[in-house]
Formats: sequence, C-alpha cells, structure tokens
Amino acid sequence: MSDESKKQLNRREFFSFVTVGWVAFTSAVAGLASLAFRYSYPNVTFDPEMDFIAGFPADYEEGVDERWKNGFGVWMVKQEGKLVALSNICTHLGCVPNWLPAELKFKCPCHGSGYYMNGINFEGPAPRPLERYKIALTPEGKIKVDKTKIYRYEKGQWDHPDSYLSV
Amino acid sequence: MKEFINYMADPIRSFPIMTILYILMMKYYRIIGTKKFAIGAVVASLPVVAWFCMDANFRAIILWPDNIPINIIIILIAWLTWYSLYRCAQNDARIEKGECPIEATPENREKVWTWPNLVYTELMCMIGATVFLVVWAIIFKAPLEEPANPTWAPNPAKAPWYFLGLQEMLVYFDPWMAGVVLPGIIVVGLMAIPYIDTNPKGNGYFTIKERPLAMWMFMYGWLVLWIYLIIVGTFLRGPNWTFYGPFEYWDFHKVVSEYNVNLSEFLWIKWLNMPMPGNIVLREILGIILTVAYIVVIPLWSAKTKWGKKIIENTGQIRYYIFIFLLLGMTSLPIKMVLRWLFSLKYIIALPEWELNL
Ligand code: FES
Repeated sequence: MSDESKKQLNRREFFSFVTVGWVAFTSAVAGLASLAFRYSYPNVTFDPEMDFIAGFPADYEEGVDERWKNGFGVWMVKQEGKLVALSNICTHLGCVPNWLPAELKFKCPCHGSGYYMNGINFEGPAPRPLERYKIALTPEGKIKVDKTKIYRYEKGQWDHPDSYLSV
Repeated sequence: MKEFINYMADPIRSFPIMTILYILMMKYYRIIGTKKFAIGAVVASLPVVAWFCMDANFRAIILWPDNIPINIIIILIAWLTWYSLYRCAQNDARIEKGECPIEATPENREKVWTWPNLVYTELMCMIGATVFLVVWAIIFKAPLEEPANPTWAPNPAKAPWYFLGLQEMLVYFDPWMAGVVLPGIIVVGLMAIPYIDTNPKGNGYFTIKERPLAMWMFMYGWLVLWIYLIIVGTFLRGPNWTFYGPFEYWDFHKVVSEYNVNLSEFLWIKWLNMPMPGNIVLREILGIILTVAYIVVIPLWSAKTKWGKKIIENTGQIRYYIFIFLLLGMTSLPIKMVLRWLFSLKYIIALPEWELNL
C-alpha cells in the first residue's frame, strides 16, 4: 500500500463510520417520531364523564331538561310518567341537535333532521331515533345516568326497564 | 318580485330550473359560445346583480367572509364554462367544414418544456394564492375560535365550502352513502376515466360534437350536481339547515314541517293497510327489489339496447358495465332528491338495524 491510500479510510474504518452514522440517524428519527406521536395525544382531556349523578327525580319537570346537555351531552326528558336520558348525538352524522322549545322538537343544524320530544325522528335524513342511555336510581334515591349502555328504539330496546325511570 | 325569487330558489324548483338551463346551454352552445353572447350576458346581468345587492339580506349572505371565495368561484366558473363552450363551438364549426381543430394547426403544435414554462407558472400561482389568502384573512379578520366542544354545534353548522355540495347531498342520504360510498365512487370514477374512455376523439382539443355523451354527462355532474349544490349549501341554507331564499332574513324560528316517510311505510301502511311485518328483510322487500333492479337489471337491459350495444362494441363489456355503474351512481342523487320532494320519501331501503339505508 502506498502512503497515499493510508491517509484515506480503509474498509474497516469506513464500515464503522457508516454504522455509527446510521445508528445515530435512526435513533434521531425514532426519537422525533415518538415525540410527534406523543404530541398527537392531548395533555389534558376534557372528555365528559361516562356516568354521572343527575340529582333527584323530583328535580325534573315535565318536558325537556337541558341542564346536563353541555357537561355530559344528555337531555333528561320527562313525559307520560317516564324519565329518560336522551343522547344529544344526531343519528345521522353525529352533530349536536338543538332543542327548540317553541316547536317542541330537536332540530339538527347540520342537515336538518328533526326529532320529537321523545326522540323519535320524523324529518330530515336521520335514519333512526336518538339513543337512550341507561338510567337508574342509586340507593339514596338519586338518578344515575350511565352513558356506556345505550338503548336503541329500532331494536326494541326502549322497553328495557333500565332505559327509563317511572316517575 | 323578491318573494317570487325566494320562492323559485327553493331547491324543489331551482333544481329542475338549473337542469333545464343546463340542457339549453349544452344544446345551444354555439349561440352561447360566441363573444356577442358573452358581452350581452355580462351587460344584462350587471343591473340584475346591482339590484340583488341593494337588498340587505342578500348582501349579508354574499359578504359573509366565508362566502367571499365562493363568490369569486362562481364568477370564475361562469367564465371558464363560457370559455370552453366558446372553444368547442369554434372547433366544431371547423370540424364540420373538414378542417382540423385549432389546437392541431401547425402553429399550435409547437411544444414547450414543462420546466421552466409550466413549473414557473405554477410557482407564481402558488405565491399569488398565498398572498391572496393572507390579505383576505387580514381584511376579514379570520377568527381564532374557541376549542372544540363535543356537546355543542354552531347553527348552521357548515362544512368547508368545497364540501357544501356533499353536505347538501347528505340531506338526502344516509351518512354511509353520501359520506363514504358516493364520494368514493366520485374519486375512483374520476380516476378511472382514462381507463374507461378509450375514445381518442377530443384528446387535446375542445369539442362537444365529437364527444356528446362524455361532455353531457360530465358537465351535468360538475355544474348541476356539484357546483349548484355548493351554491345552495352556501347561500341558501341557514340555521337548522333550513332553506332560506336569497332575500330572506335568517330567522332562527322559521318553522318548516316536513314529515319524511320510508318506502316500507308507504308499502305496508299506506298501500296495503297492514301492520309492518316483524321480519326486517320482508319489511323492506320492495325497496330491496327496486334497488336490485336499479343496479342489476338496468345495466343488463341497457346493454341490449342500440345505445348500449354501440358502446360495448367500442369499448368492451367490462368498461361498459363500469361506466353504467358510475352513471347510475351519479343519477341516484337527482332521483333521490326528486323522490324526497315529491313524496317526502326518506329511504328506499331503511334498515337502521344494520346501519344500511339507501
Ligand atoms: S348530522 Fe344531524 S342531520 Fe346530519
């Protein structure tokens, strides 16, 4: 070997450089990617709780009660001796309908679906009625709404005793 | 007069009107595609636009910051549509005389490089668009709104303007259909055009006469089923997605009652006077039969007609069936709109138990 080529890298050195470089590069990319992944999760979540205590049955008057709508996404509807917890998610594409007290209906701002007070759909594209959540009494006589359990009218689940409270 | 325009703008009436206007436009494109017509139309429309703009409610809609780009787009689309009709009319007249289209004349056959000619123009357009967006955001004070809240929706809740056609479509369809299936068919169908359409006529030059079917079909889907629906969704839909005429005040308490009925309810309750059967497939049987007829029988039958035979001869079986399927997908929208307006029909097949509603 001439002096000249000694100054350049030999094969072994070349590979060790490449290895170090490659490992550094990969770990940098992996680190960045994991940071980016972490970034896609929020630091704090404001998701509504899945179940909550909704006071006493006597707190509710006949009709639609909106007090839990903003916090939990639930309307309490008392009608014909039954108190139900109605979901506020439109069954069409999941917008949030508004309760229009003057017209006695829920009306969705997205594509105009309309529901009667009891949650049955009657206008617009919504294919099925609003869903009911499980509603039950705690031992102290308070109402507990459990949003993990839903009751769908078209499946005949509204007769289920957990889907309403007799008041 | 304003009352009358409000009344006519309701999609029930304006959709057929647009369709008729579209047919007239395509039929008489040689008259429309002249410079005289264009100048006449602009001159005639200026006072009309001015008169429209005198109305406070109309001004409120078109000057709503979100709607500014749509105003621009309407003008651009009117111009581009006219321009292509103009070029088509020119070429078709030449072709009839036995000459070649303008694009094929020797002086137009010269070619230029993509780089720099095209790429450079694109870069300039990009910069121009960015400048426009920034200026627009500053002038109209683009808001930074509050964090998303899952239990509250603005009213009216509108999609970005380019999706308003889809949102308008959703009024007539189940979210699966109008939100996933139909947009998917649109995108895939547009990508498939080069593979389905093997006719070399019209490649690289404007013509309507040599490609009547392709032009009529595409332009209908584009102008009436897409642009028109965007316009309706933007300007004519107010709170609760209720229809509001162009001169109408957006009154949150406007009451419209439409009671929509599924085909199965028509069949069992209205026509047969029977309770709905418990078996859900039996309940929806009429709708299922109609749907199957629509997507199976029509293609098979049309392949037997003279029209279908000609296309099959030119393109082949598979291409023909794909084409017919795409065409049927497109026409399902006007069909459902008309059925909704005439009979308040909600779904032809309504199987919410299976999340299947057509
Ligand atoms: S999401 Fe409510 S009508 Fe479409």
